[in-house]
Amino acid sequence: MPENKTEEMVERKKAFTTTVDGTVVNRVYTPADLEGLRQDEIGLPGEYPFTRHIMPTGYRGRLWTMRQYAGFATVEETNKRYKYLYEQGQTGFSVAFHLPTQEGYDSDHPLAIGEIGKCGVAIDSLQDMERLWDGIPLAEVSTSMTINATAPIIMAMYIVAAEKQGADKSKLRGTVQNDILKEYIARNTYIFGPTVSMRLVTDICSYCAQNMPQWNSISISGYHMREAGATAAQEAGFTLANGIAYVQAMIDKGMEVDSFAPRFSFFFAAYTNFLEEVAKFRALRRMWAKIMKERFGAKNPRSMMLRYHIQTDGFTLTEQQPLNNIVRVTLQALAAVLGGCQSLHTNSFDEALALPSEQAVQVALRTQQIIADESGAADTVDPLGGSCYVEWLTDQIENKAMTYISEIDKMGGALKAIEKGYIQKEIATSAYNYQRAVDSGEQAIIGVNKFVVKEEHLLETLEIGIEVEQKQIERLRRLRQERDNQKVSEVLDRVRSVASSDENIMPVVIEAVKAYATVGEISDALRDMFGEYREPSIL
Amino acid sequence: MHNSKIRVLIAKPGLDGHDRGVKVVARGLRDAGMEVIYLGLRLTPEQIVEAAIQEAVDVVGLDCLSGAHMALFPKVVQLIREKGGNDILVIGGGIIPKKDIPKLREAGIAQIFGPGTSLDEIVQYIETYLRKSDDKED
Repeated sequence: MPENKTEEMVERKKAFTTTVDGTVVNRVYTPADLEGLRQDEIGLPGEYPFTRHIMPTGYRGRLWTMRQYAGFATVEETNKRYKYLYEQGQTGFSVAFHLPTQEGYDSDHPLAIGEIGKCGVAIDSLQDMERLWDGIPLAEVSTSMTINATAPIIMAMYIVAAEKQGADKSKLRGTVQNDILKEYIARNTYIFGPTVSMRLVTDICSYCAQNMPQWNSISISGYHMREAGATAAQEAGFTLANGIAYVQAMIDKGMEVDSFAPRFSFFFAAYTNFLEEVAKFRALRRMWAKIMKERFGAKNPRSMMLRYHIQTDGFTLTEQQPLNNIVRVTLQALAAVLGGCQSLHTNSFDEALALPSEQAVQVALRTQQIIADESGAADTVDPLGGSCYVEWLTDQIENKAMTYISEIDKMGGALKAIEKGYIQKEIATSAYNYQRAVDSGEQAIIGVNKFVVKEEHLLETLEIGIEVEQKQIERLRRLRQERDNQKVSEVLDRVRSVASSDENIMPVVIEAVKAYATVGEISDALRDMFGEYREPSIL
Repeated sequence: MHNSKIRVLIAKPGLDGHDRGVKVVARGLRDAGMEVIYLGLRLTPEQIVEAAIQEAVDVVGLDCLSGAHMALFPKVVQLIREKGGNDILVIGGGIIPKKDIPKLREAGIAQIFGPGTSLDEIVQYIETYLRKSDDKED
């Protein structure tokens, strides 16, 4: 028993915040904190503004898609990993491409040295794409592809590979990331400048709207900004600001909002501050619904529904005491589920050291399966809805994120804010403040600055050998010998000519891919017309 | 003691664009009183070395999270030494498997700072190293 009243009121810290630069948290929340928050802002699952969930049944109808991001070495090794994950109960695929594919270089380009098959699978041509899906029926599965600057090329390869398997393009299910704006802010796999890149993004979105009704034509991503240092509110605000820019660009292209918006999807991070993340997802759903209805005049409720994929936050994984990462991932994944995601990737515990081993990937997938089948978290919709703290925090995040959106609106939109370096600077400052807080011990990271032990690293990690590079380069050399090079050169000329017109780029890129023109060759044809972007280094 | 301000060049060789860490380190070194040139990303070893020599830096910091470090870091050291930058301290960071560290050290990368490193650790390492090499010159 506390000796006196004063001691009873003493708290461990002067102030409690969700995260560094996050929201200040009070001791306790009561209905009084929710005064002013209208009941219809919360509503019911499946009803506008969808705060509680986009579907009335939540996960009682269908569970989220368990979709592990994977890709390494050549297509054979990755194909094997995909089949393994599928056997282990994964319900969707997610392709990680190596950096040369993402940045428009063939595997034999000088800049590709050392990168072949390293942080994704090496794809140079349609031939690789066909082999990647060997024995996997693309008509039946759903696939997500993390590809942005070269999205038209990779998307074309996927369509052609599926058609060669006998699939009908209009029935393909999946997602192409196709979100170039966040590449200038974080991640940095751009090739061309922002304006021309926006044209390529909207070309894909309108091609999908017209030909692939079940395909998500874009995945507007906050994940990478969060990884780069953004707070929860910054992630929410900056992502939706980018979303607004894409919707506006489609409208400017002459498209009617409800013709494409139902196939816009999103991608966010799930951090370890569990309750803030749940609140963030709820706030995001509400904000997007209002933006689509009020700002863009959408009529179709599907245009207002924020559908999204979650990846647990890679930045939170520690190299020290790596098994602790399983616990972090569990908390993050539970936040994703309680927040109502449509699709989830759980990180592997060894990813602060290397690409994940098969054993580590299995634990990551099992984490989702345990949440789904054992925890009860999926049995009722939005179980944290109505909690005074969670509702208050949902409202806080919405307000803060809307402030960022208004700030960006004042600058003339996301593209302008990126060109000014505003978003990059905000994120870099948050990242720096976070590191300072970790260094001072104000932000604890178990095993890193608290409860540190001396340890030997005994984990077996995945290694990508030099033979991968040799194999891929040899394969590319053979392809260039065997294909009809006259045809390739003609189709690349047509790519250049379409690039310099207003015509949609997709049909001609599909033609080029069919002729086995490579990622590097098609990218070069586009570089000829568009030039290359070099970012100002913003600290 | 190193008399003038310590000059550091920070760069990302290869195609990796994850620049959170490198930007935080650049800012941290600057706040510690060093003069920091952040060269940016998607650079070849040749471009980095050219800048390092031209800017007459004391330290080159390399960062790579894509796994291409074994192909890129040693190349930077080799070119720096070829161009006469014998006294330039080369250090690195990123997602570097433990077993690669001895090989990188052998290739002349003096120290690898992995995930969880504090800014103070890097600052102290640089200051101590340069003080020692100054002592040797005296």
